[in-house]
Amino acid sequence: MPYQIIVCGGLAPDPLQTLEPVNGAASPGLKNEMMLPGVLDPWASHALYEAANLARQHPGSTVRLVSLAPKAKLQQVLMTVAQKLPFELVALDGPNNGFSDANETGKALGEAIAKIELPMENVLVFGGWESATRGSGVVMQIVAERLGIGDVFLAVDEIKVEEGGSFLVKERVEGGKHMVSRCAAAPAVLAWATGNLAEPPNHPQTGMANMRVIMPSLQKATPTAVGTGMAFASASLPKQVRETRIVKDTPAGEIAREIAEWLKQ
Amino acid sequence: MAATTSPSMPMPTLKTIPGDEIRQLLWRFEDRYDLAMLVQSVRAVARGPVARLVASGGRLSHDWTPEKDALLPEYDAAGITAAYMSPEEGGFIEGPKNFAMALIAFELAWVDAGAATCSLAQHLALSPIHERGTPEQQQRYMSLAAPAPGRKTFRGAFCLTEPIPYVGVETGMLGGKARVAYWPTEEELAAGKEPILEVSKRGRFITNMGFANFVTAAVDTGDERIKSSCMVILEETDEGTYDRGTPTKKLVHQLSSTSDPVFNMKVPASRIIGGYRIEAGKVVPNHDHSSVIEAVFRRTRVGVGLMTSSKLLSAIEPLIRYHRDRFRGSGAVTPGTPRFELGLQQKQDVTHRLLEIWAAGEASASLGFATARLFDELDPLEKTKTAILAAHGIGGGMAEFKALKKRQVEAIEFLDMQDHLESLRPKARYQALAEDTVVQYVILDATANVLCPATKLWNTGYGSHMMREAVSLMGGYGITEDCPGFLSFKWMDTQLEATYEGPEAVQRRQMSVTMTNPVFLAQFRNWIHEMRQVASHDPGTGACTLASAMKLWIWTLDHLQLAKDANGAKLYQSNRQGVTFPMADALCWLLASRAQILDVERLAAEGPNNPALEDGLDGTVQFLRDLCHMQAARAAGEVARICTELVYGYLSHPSWSEPGCGACLSQNDLVSVEALVPGASGFSDETVGEGGVHETKAGPCAVHPGLNDFAKLRAKLEACMTGFQLAKDRAGDSLTKVMIPAALDYPQ
Ligand SMILES: Cc1cc2nc3c(=O)[nH]c(=O)nc-3n(C[C@H](O)[C@H](O)[C@H](O)COP(=O)(O)OP(=O)(O)OC[C@H]3O[C@@H](n4cnc5c(N)ncnc54)[C@H](O)[C@@H]3O)c2cc1C
Repeated sequence: MPYQIIVCGGLAPDPLQTLEPVNGAASPGLKNEMMLPGVLDPWASHALYEAANLARQHPGSTVRLVSLAPKAKLQQVLMTVAQKLPFELVALDGPNNGFSDANETGKALGEAIAKIELPMENVLVFGGWESATRGSGVVMQIVAERLGIGDVFLAVDEIKVEEGGSFLVKERVEGGKHMVSRCAAAPAVLAWATGNLAEPPNHPQTGMANMRVIMPSLQKATPTAVGTGMAFASASLPKQVRETRIVKDTPAGEIAREIAEWLKQ
Repeated sequence: MAATTSPSMPMPTLKTIPGDEIRQLLWRFEDRYDLAMLVQSVRAVARGPVARLVASGGRLSHDWTPEKDALLPEYDAAGITAAYMSPEEGGFIEGPKNFAMALIAFELAWVDAGAATCSLAQHLALSPIHERGTPEQQQRYMSLAAPAPGRKTFRGAFCLTEPIPYVGVETGMLGGKARVAYWPTEEELAAGKEPILEVSKRGRFITNMGFANFVTAAVDTGDERIKSSCMVILEETDEGTYDRGTPTKKLVHQLSSTSDPVFNMKVPASRIIGGYRIEAGKVVPNHDHSSVIEAVFRRTRVGVGLMTSSKLLSAIEPLIRYHRDRFRGSGAVTPGTPRFELGLQQKQDVTHRLLEIWAAGEASASLGFATARLFDELDPLEKTKTAILAAHGIGGGMAEFKALKKRQVEAIEFLDMQDHLESLRPKARYQALAEDTVVQYVILDATANVLCPATKLWNTGYGSHMMREAVSLMGGYGITEDCPGFLSFKWMDTQLEATYEGPEAVQRRQMSVTMTNPVFLAQFRNWIHEMRQVASHDPGTGACTLASAMKLWIWTLDHLQLAKDANGAKLYQSNRQGVTFPMADALCWLLASRAQILDVERLAAEGPNNPALEDGLDGTVQFLRDLCHMQAARAAGEVARICTELVYGYLSHPSWSEPGCGACLSQNDLVSVEALVPGASGFSDETVGEGGVHETKAGPCAVHPGLNDFAKLRAKLEACMTGFQLAKDRAGDSLTKVMIPAALDYPQ
């Protein structure tokens, strides 16, 4: 059965950049955030690769990326992402960072998806189980709620479609284990962990084909206000913990044992 | 956005290292998403597999290893190989590809110029076919060379250079020969059978030879039945010897394959690039080898120049990081102290030298990309021009040269009008010339003929000096294999960029001719006004300094073309490289600085349209303007030095024994003069002491009233340097504040 796969994905600053929280007038932000190069949020990226993979296995499927982000930044990021696999774009031009409100973001995404007016019986909504900026882990549930989709899976690592249209979903649970569920049919929301797929290589030819539809959608990005909905007392980087001990003549096995002990503490 | 050099105004500083958005605006491709994607795709290969191979010691062997070979499919997959082809041939970029090729070279060389050369050599091999090949040759080789699933990509090498004493700088001295191996009978000829050529050629230092499936080789005629030299295509499966030769023990660009091949093969005459005719029982190639390589090099040399620019710019981030972090981690240096936070950046010399590297990188990149864009403009014009001339029965060679020369008058007329205010231009005439393809071609061609060798010469030559500076700023770390950013490899590599595709002497030689083309000089005069105009609204760019230096240069060129040396020999002539070559060098400084200023002007004008840049645009523009100012002053200094050396250096110094020297006043004469008119003795330069003894020096000081204009221009230029050190201090301040990423993004 062909699927209509919708992937929700925002942007995150390139992880190699120096990320320094600063307190702005309205809400905190990252120092020079707009000037820093961005990437498609890594969790959403996994979801997108899985979506493309599923679409390949089910001819006739389409993949749409729904993204709430500053339009100009999104355009730069698409120069890489659009080369990796074929997809269409629904762009919402609005703020996207670690301090924008998850609830408002989920609402905006849900409304944008609803507006596409797809027949719900073959819709799968993908996204990351959290984002590299906010990490609240709730946006996809809010999107599901908005769309009235009851089957929501979190920290997904695999989807396997069975004959007849049901599918198995593997979700991460504690202790490195997975929980496997069977879902009778679409629609469903899958918020992905890392999945199992490597990042597809760049392929400018795919990019060129994508861009012919993506650029006009980007030009038409809907301006979207996202209220903060909350107040921040302060923002700071997590403290770096560095414990160094210089040892001589200690066997490697002994060092490994000590590190393992320390990790268990 | 206007800047001044007033020291009292608080100026915004650079917040982050300029990213892709800034670069796209500076180099004018913000609307070309095909190119923006190409950049990302090439970058991923450069900073991924290429960087990993360099880091794991892949460069430490002369041989073409399996690891190096494994990079070729990476280039194919990333679109690097196909970028040269048109969509019909299997590529994905429409229109001219010079700028796209320039971006590829830039991105690969950011990590390793050998990788860039490997990709460039493939395009170099195809370039003779692309530029001058017959439609059938273009169809066959461009398509075979475009990667496609299920078949091996056909790869090529370009073989011109030969073992000593044959072709090197002197590209006419070919030892390789084409002879007729079989001449068909009349009937066979009538039935379309072709003459078979025997091609023998030895190559020296030929890139891609370790794996090339075909070679485009330059050979002379070795047979009276072949009219001239030509370039031929040899395939590895052709009959005869296709010996790849021993790998060159090169010390640089180790991720490319270089060897000294030997060919002795039989091929049909249809392998002559551009085709041939049979006239009076002879094979007459449609293009001799010189005209083919001229068309090839004038395009591919730009990419080589940009390799060095890229390396200079790539050195900035690792150097800032090294300097900042230099003392961190020592118990004695605690966070929050200047020594901890700034490290070596506390020392002014460190920041100033880094700024000079940065400014050189910006200027050379601006020059290179401007040249690449110019060729993209020129390519379609060139085709239309050829068609127009052909319609008038003019089919290349001398006839074309003469026809184009005739149009120079109109080209100059157009340029003169362009220099006037729009309201003062004769509209209809101006419009007519603006729409005349041949006239516009003459203008662009004259400019390209200077900009291309200037890019190759200055970017690689001065770039290699600055790359050495970069290495030295990293201390001992700089000359280790572990140096972040592979700076020492990059430094060594620059010497090859300065050498292959024609070493510096070749570029200087070409410029010494093309820069005296009256069309170019008319263009150049307009550029002086252009720089003054920029200066009038943005005084902080150094554009005025540059305009003064341009004026000094053109005055000097005019002077040298007429002047003679002390022995009465003409100064500006082709075999007087001591005069012509330095003038070419001086011009390069001016062109690079101009290109840099124009790019920053564009950023200032267009940047506000991109909301993503809102936060830091002011500081970025200010910083880049300060770099422009530094570079303009440096260029002005070089030009002043070179011009002064040439204008005065060929005159003979007066000596005490010259006849006119009897006119020197004695000490007693001076006392009498002083008694009559107090202060008047000061107007006399030279005196003789008791017993006719002169001052202890070489002779009377040289005075050249005929050169007063030069002296005035030079004095003005020196005063124009006002403020540039302030710009440098300000940029240095930015350097200590700019935020850099937490770690270098390669190897990934
Ligand atoms: C790694 C590598 C890869 C190469 N790849 C290729 C390739 O793929 N295909 C190819 O065909 N070639 C290739 N070359 C050859 C390269 O293009 C030549 O080495 C270069 O053009 C210079 O020729 P030469 O070495 O014979 O120098 P020479 O001709 O011996 O010149 C040496 C020096 O003498 C001076 N000089 C010579 N002539 C003049 C003059 N007329 N006026 C003033 N000064 C002069 C200059 O300073 C010049 O640098 C490669 C070379 C190297 C090292």
